[in-house]
Amino acid sequence: MKDFLRYLPHTEEEGLQMLETIGVKRIEDLFEIVPKEQRLSKPLDLPGPLSEPDLIRHLQGLRSPILSSFLGAGAYHHFIPAVISAMTSRSEFYTAYTPYQPEISQGTLQAIFEYQTLMCQLTGMEVSNASMYDGASALAEAVLMARRITKRRKVLLSGAVHPEYRRVVQTYVDPDQGEIALVPYNEDEGRTDEKALLDLLDGEVSAVVVQSPNFFGVVEDLHPIAQKVHEKGGLMIVGFSEAIAYGILKPPGAVGADIVAGEGQSLGIPLSFGGPYLGIFTTLEKFVRMMPGRLVGETLDLNGKRGFVLTLAAREQHIRRERATSNICTNEGLCALMATIFLSCLGREGLREVAVMNLSKAAYAKKVASEISGCRPVFSSPTFNEFVLRMDRDPREVLDRLKEKGILAGLFLGRFYPELDHHLLVTVTEMNTKEEIDRWAETLERALR
Amino acid sequence: MNFPEDLLYTESHEWVRDEGSQVVIGLTDYAQRQLKDIVYVELPEIGSEFKKGESMGVVESVKTVADVFSPVTGKVIETNGALKEHPEWINTDPYGKGWITRMEVRDKEELKGLLSSRDYQGSLSEE
Amino acid sequence: MRNIKDTGLIQEEPLIFELGRQGRRGYSLPRWDVKEAEPTDLIPSTLLREEWEGFPELSEVDVVRHFTRLSQWNYGVDSGFYPLGSCTMKYSPKVNEEVARWSGFAGVHPYQPEDLSQGILRLMYELEGFLAEITGMDHVSLQPAAGAHGELAGMMMIRAYLQARGERRKKVLVPDTAHGTNCSTSSIASYQMVEIKSNEKGVVGPEAVASEMDEEVAAIMVTNPNTLGLFEEHLKEIAEIVHRKGGFVYCDGANLNALMGIVKLGDLGVDVVHLNLHKTFSTPHGGGGPGAGPVAVKKGLAPYLPIPVVEKVGETYRLNEDRPQSIGKMKAFYGNFGVLLKAYAYILSMGSEGLRRVSEMAVLNANYLMKRLKGHYFLPYDRPCMHECVFTDRFQERFDVSTLDIAKRLIDYGFHPPTIYFPLVVKGAMMMEPTETESKQGLDRFIETMIEIAREAEENPELLRQAPQKVKVRRLDEVLAARKPKLKWTGEK
Repeated sequence: MKDFLRYLPHTEEEGLQMLETIGVKRIEDLFEIVPKEQRLSKPLDLPGPLSEPDLIRHLQGLRSPILSSFLGAGAYHHFIPAVISAMTSRSEFYTAYTPYQPEISQGTLQAIFEYQTLMCQLTGMEVSNASMYDGASALAEAVLMARRITKRRKVLLSGAVHPEYRRVVQTYVDPDQGEIALVPYNEDEGRTDEKALLDLLDGEVSAVVVQSPNFFGVVEDLHPIAQKVHEKGGLMIVGFSEAIAYGILKPPGAVGADIVAGEGQSLGIPLSFGGPYLGIFTTLEKFVRMMPGRLVGETLDLNGKRGFVLTLAAREQHIRRERATSNICTNEGLCALMATIFLSCLGREGLREVAVMNLSKAAYAKKVASEISGCRPVFSSPTFNEFVLRMDRDPREVLDRLKEKGILAGLFLGRFYPELDHHLLVTVTEMNTKEEIDRWAETLERALR
Repeated sequence: MNFPEDLLYTESHEWVRDEGSQVVIGLTDYAQRQLKDIVYVELPEIGSEFKKGESMGVVESVKTVADVFSPVTGKVIETNGALKEHPEWINTDPYGKGWITRMEVRDKEELKGLLSSRDYQGSLSEE
Repeated sequence: MRNIKDTGLIQEEPLIFELGRQGRRGYSLPRWDVKEAEPTDLIPSTLLREEWEGFPELSEVDVVRHFTRLSQWNYGVDSGFYPLGSCTMKYSPKVNEEVARWSGFAGVHPYQPEDLSQGILRLMYELEGFLAEITGMDHVSLQPAAGAHGELAGMMMIRAYLQARGERRKKVLVPDTAHGTNCSTSSIASYQMVEIKSNEKGVVGPEAVASEMDEEVAAIMVTNPNTLGLFEEHLKEIAEIVHRKGGFVYCDGANLNALMGIVKLGDLGVDVVHLNLHKTFSTPHGGGGPGAGPVAVKKGLAPYLPIPVVEKVGETYRLNEDRPQSIGKMKAFYGNFGVLLKAYAYILSMGSEGLRRVSEMAVLNANYLMKRLKGHYFLPYDRPCMHECVFTDRFQERFDVSTLDIAKRLIDYGFHPPTIYFPLVVKGAMMMEPTETESKQGLDRFIETMIEIAREAEENPELLRQAPQKVKVRRLDEVLAARKPKLKWTGEK
């Protein structure tokens, strides 16, 4: 009956002793400060309490089936080495708070320092923060930061940026404080339309936001865009949702990015129906004091020994309050740890190899799909592990047909782009076997007949 | 604590050295002791103008930030760029190497509203 | 070899970058069943990576030993008492960690068709209902990823509501005891913050609010119980004052652990409240996240909730994106589902009676701690507290011992220190929140240690100033870290 007591250690007798020490008779007396008429007269209307086995039984009934999947679009099915959950299950990591007391938080602090270093290496940038909520909110924070640095209002946002990320940027930017102009994508190439971008680019622009690989899986040519933005005194913000791509792609820092903000879910973090994920945020050293989020720095202890602390905290909400660079406090520490362990296991060779495998498998799937009548890959620009297929039939019907066969064939793009109502975004990772891809193609062909 | 007689002071703990049409501004010994180890100084841009009482810069220590308020109305003509590398000079030599800005004063009359060393020390004992 | 030292279990551990050896690998990939593509055949070489700076090369055992050792330098709730005020460091049930790893949850893609996600959507729908019931609010969005994120969503909803009525209010009232996030949130939501002084009893007085409240004020942001651990006893009256002038009452629900089943915030006139599932609802803090910061609102604000919202139509659950008045999205997808799941499991495990007992025991523990430490440490607000209490170093000051020294000395005794120097209105504050999952024995041990430290402060203050000593690193030079920031490994000595 009192199954909840497994988490509450007080015995009846101890409770009484404590009340006596306090000098009151009953538990209710402790709440005397709450005006009587405000206190609840009846219990909360909630189910439970459940014992552990009953809880497990109940939750088992809520699980989703896992189908053969070609879904991506910002959430990717990659291999996660067992090492990651073995290490992040150590409760010294996961039951600790933000490392405010450095002497007993060196584990978290050193891991974040390693994370910051890895993120700089991955994105080719100079400084990284300790993480943000996810790729979308990190991108929104990047836009706010660019506005603080340049003191300009306008932002140019590529239409090939993940539609949900764009929506988050819109939510964060108060229309009274800033203006967002959408840059269309080139309908043949699937890339941000450079000409349209140049038409919009002027001395009022604080930043241009481009994602690479973009929402269509297309690799953007960032360098010329960055040059043009810089000529106008604006900043180049590069977003991404598929971090694995940087195993082979030139990092944004090498092509002129000022701020890089993206999603780290691919780096060892489970899909979990959309979260928790990992917002990666890196920038240049000269902007470090304008940066949102926590930072870990190296220093020395009293004995001259190396140690790590939270630093440059004067930017943050608990010190600068209404003038902080962001209101972020809790971030995604454990997810950052997952990414750190993931990259430690893979190393540069592993990251490159898994990227090449993604590229190869997606290229194979694209080739197989191009041979199916009734559908064809669109967009001529190079892609990484995602590509867009146009089909003659309504893709929603096709998706339903494949679902019946146990395959999630891709994402219907009409959901986000009304003009792409015959289009499917297909994602292929190292987890899709050739056999699975062949079966996907065969079933697709049959569905299109 | 040391509060030189030849300087003027504000209630927000800046000191002002009167040099004719120009003034030099810094933070007092009291202010630097309150802030403790200063780690960063945000200086105003040269040429920028401030009204008396407006925030013209920020100093950061590990656990706090504080504004530097302009003690007079005027234009910034020089800033102590060396503080970028040596913020600790505000702690070690607040009236010397730790100076923050030099300003051209719009109206010298304004200086009359500032505190003398003795009055400033008097205001501190009330805090 | 001069580096060999008999350090016992506290072993030195280099950074991963210093540990690697070229040629080691700690991974294996699925077999190659398609032809390996040459990247330059598919992507112009100008877009491809040439250089790799850094990146470790390690075997799996290197990685495991490295992170195991790192973990041993940490202190979590599972390690011992963690009375970090305003953070609610309660025990996180293990079963919740396990179920969150099931592939039927952890392996689910957010864009999979809704008919395959019915159980997950049901869970979210029910959790929204539970949180609405606990807070006495009408609707809940589970989307925000943390408390501050929920605050921002809440303030944006208020702004959207007012804008829809053509009102452009400029100010937000925030008490001086507020969390820093309240101040930064209001400014990110484009509001000017007006500070309200709390009264001599440590709470917000109706007069103080009345004198600042006008038609320019969009909202007041109150934390209840506040960061002094005190119940804001005038909240209902304050809400009436604010509502009369067309403003909203935002409640920071970070301290809800004191109130479950005791009082509903909605009954006190609160219009919006965010909850920290990683505090009140037992999901672990992860060394700084991930958390979840659902936001609950009264009916009038419901049209402005972030999209999508989970709906139940007949027996079917669905995500509705079609809400034209919505403030938009706070993050991609639908929220930190992996965290929501654990909070859902926790609420089911506790039930109504269990949650009430949680709050009762949390308040009992805090009052017991307060009573027993009173006299040894200065108690600035000497009145019954809720889930936490605030002491200061005033008695120890005369021995030239500070709150920081006391906190560091606690580490030598194997405890996590309380929250220090917060709230800002109390000089030298030590804010202690024992939570309900600490037993009387645990509390007694902590109390006796605190009393011993008070004695040490008097008799041997140097011991405190030199603390901690029984740790891997001693006090760290934070000034150096901030003056010469070194934020990544560079290979330089």
